[in-house]
Amino acid sequence: MKILVAVKRVVDYNVKVRVKADGSGVDIANAKMSMNPFDEIAVEEAVRLKEQGIATEVVAVSCGVAACQETLRTAMAMGADRGILVETDEALQPLAVAKLLKALADREQPRLMLLGKQAIDDDANQTGQMLAALADLPQATFAGRVELRDGEAVVTREVDKGVETVVLSLPAVVTVDLRLNAPRFVTLPNVMKARKKTIEVVKPDDLGVQVGSRLRTIRVTEPRSRTAAARVPDVATLVDRLRNEAKVL
Amino acid sequence: MAALVVAEHDNVSIGPATLSTVAAAAACGGEVHVLVAGSGADEAARAASRIAGVARVLHADAPCLADGLAENVAAQVLAVASGYGHILFPANAGGKSVAPRVAAKLDVSQVSDIVRVESADTFERPIYAGNALALVQSGDPVKVITVRATGFDPVAETGGDASIESIPAVSGHGKSRFAGREISSSDRPDLAAAKIVVSGGRGLGSADRFREIIGPLADKLGAAIGASRAAVDAGYAPHDLQVGQTGKVVAPQLYIATGISGAIQHLAGMKDSKVIVAINKDGEAPIFGVADYGLEADLFEAVPELLTRL
Repeated sequence: MKILVAVKRVVDYNVKVRVKADGSGVDIANAKMSMNPFDEIAVEEAVRLKEQGIATEVVAVSCGVAACQETLRTAMAMGADRGILVETDEALQPLAVAKLLKALADREQPRLMLLGKQAIDDDANQTGQMLAALADLPQATFAGRVELRDGEAVVTREVDKGVETVVLSLPAVVTVDLRLNAPRFVTLPNVMKARKKTIEVVKPDDLGVQVGSRLRTIRVTEPRSRTAAARVPDVATLVDRLRNEAKVL
Repeated sequence: MAALVVAEHDNVSIGPATLSTVAAAAACGGEVHVLVAGSGADEAARAASRIAGVARVLHADAPCLADGLAENVAAQVLAVASGYGHILFPANAGGKSVAPRVAAKLDVSQVSDIVRVESADTFERPIYAGNALALVQSGDPVKVITVRATGFDPVAETGGDASIESIPAVSGHGKSRFAGREISSSDRPDLAAAKIVVSGGRGLGSADRFREIIGPLADKLGAAIGASRAAVDAGYAPHDLQVGQTGKVVAPQLYIATGISGAIQHLAGMKDSKVIVAINKDGEAPIFGVADYGLEADLFEAVPELLTRL
């Protein structure tokens, strides 16, 4: 069974982004870029399913600029078999990415599609669900455990008040949460091996998808910042200030 | 045009995030309608009809809607979507799962996690874990939106008198089924709605100490318990207590962070709290940068002492 994993190139999670002075966006010109951490978890899960003999092929897909090839190389160094880059310089919004992935799914016919639950740049949490809807497939978001058996995926989801389990007929779309697994570190020999794997480059036009965006960013601003107050010397002072100054006790 | 709010409910009552979502819907202009899609959900529909400012409640009832399966709820929303200029969901696990399906089927963009309505087509939302705020304008005919509850004061739970209209329920998608749920039971207030939150981080050192130190303080204050991602990953606390970019976003009157260093992704989930207290023995911890009251101390001494002084 084939698994398709979507990976996004984002500003590394350790980088604190700065808003541009003209309010047109955040300055990522020289920022370190990495694979979206949730997508790493998705790749790890796919590779583990292959190692267990459940999956036969893991195909990593990324949509965006040419540099996304690096992200695909990382996925392949983790164990994905090949990569597909849908290359475009246009800014992609989740609906456009979902349409691109749907077009690739039509061609590749994966039994399972794994995505991170959200990307840490736009924090949208939409692409997987949109892909599932466009492909008319069942979905499970916030996956904390995935088990495949008899043409079904049994997924335990981390929801607001605990966990719930859903059973999906394959093919299906699963978006993964933090605690599904701990992604492996990429080793140098595997990086070398990944260089020999193939990346196919296609354009949105090849897939018949219009990627124009309909959500316009008017401006980006710094959030209201909190100013740190002076420290309190001891617990007694803390309680006194919370009671008499902040009046929250 | 009217705005449709898709209620979060358990077939009996309406979740608090829905009240904030109604507030956001009202800010978009036009009437506010609420959809209750459930099974045996008469009581939830009645509760929705009492929400202040709601003009109409649409109630769809069928077994396939019992457990909030995204495929079925999305189909139900789509069945009534025409005629609405805005379709809003609370930005919680349910709303986040359903809204994108609705948007994709309508071929419109979705605006996630809005914290402010500037006008009927322009909304503010945090990006990069709240390190920036984007003002975005939707050119789509229908605005599909998820609403961050902490951004909007909830409307009153009662005082309204909306009509309840039964509408035909969709048939199930058939490709997914609900197989069970484990609800973390707690007598404490709901984390997302609590007035006081006591949170613990990796500094607690173990699940036992997390329970022994944080539990009594939360009990004394009538507070909900939260945790940092580090504490959850280490197994000190269950995932549904995680506060942060990818966990719950809270904005209580008082947030007490103990043994939490203050990673960016944690701050994203709590920095809109009214008053923040940080207790940490590392004076350099970034949590002090957002704290109104910082106490540089060993939490294992400070928290028990705090208990005796409350």
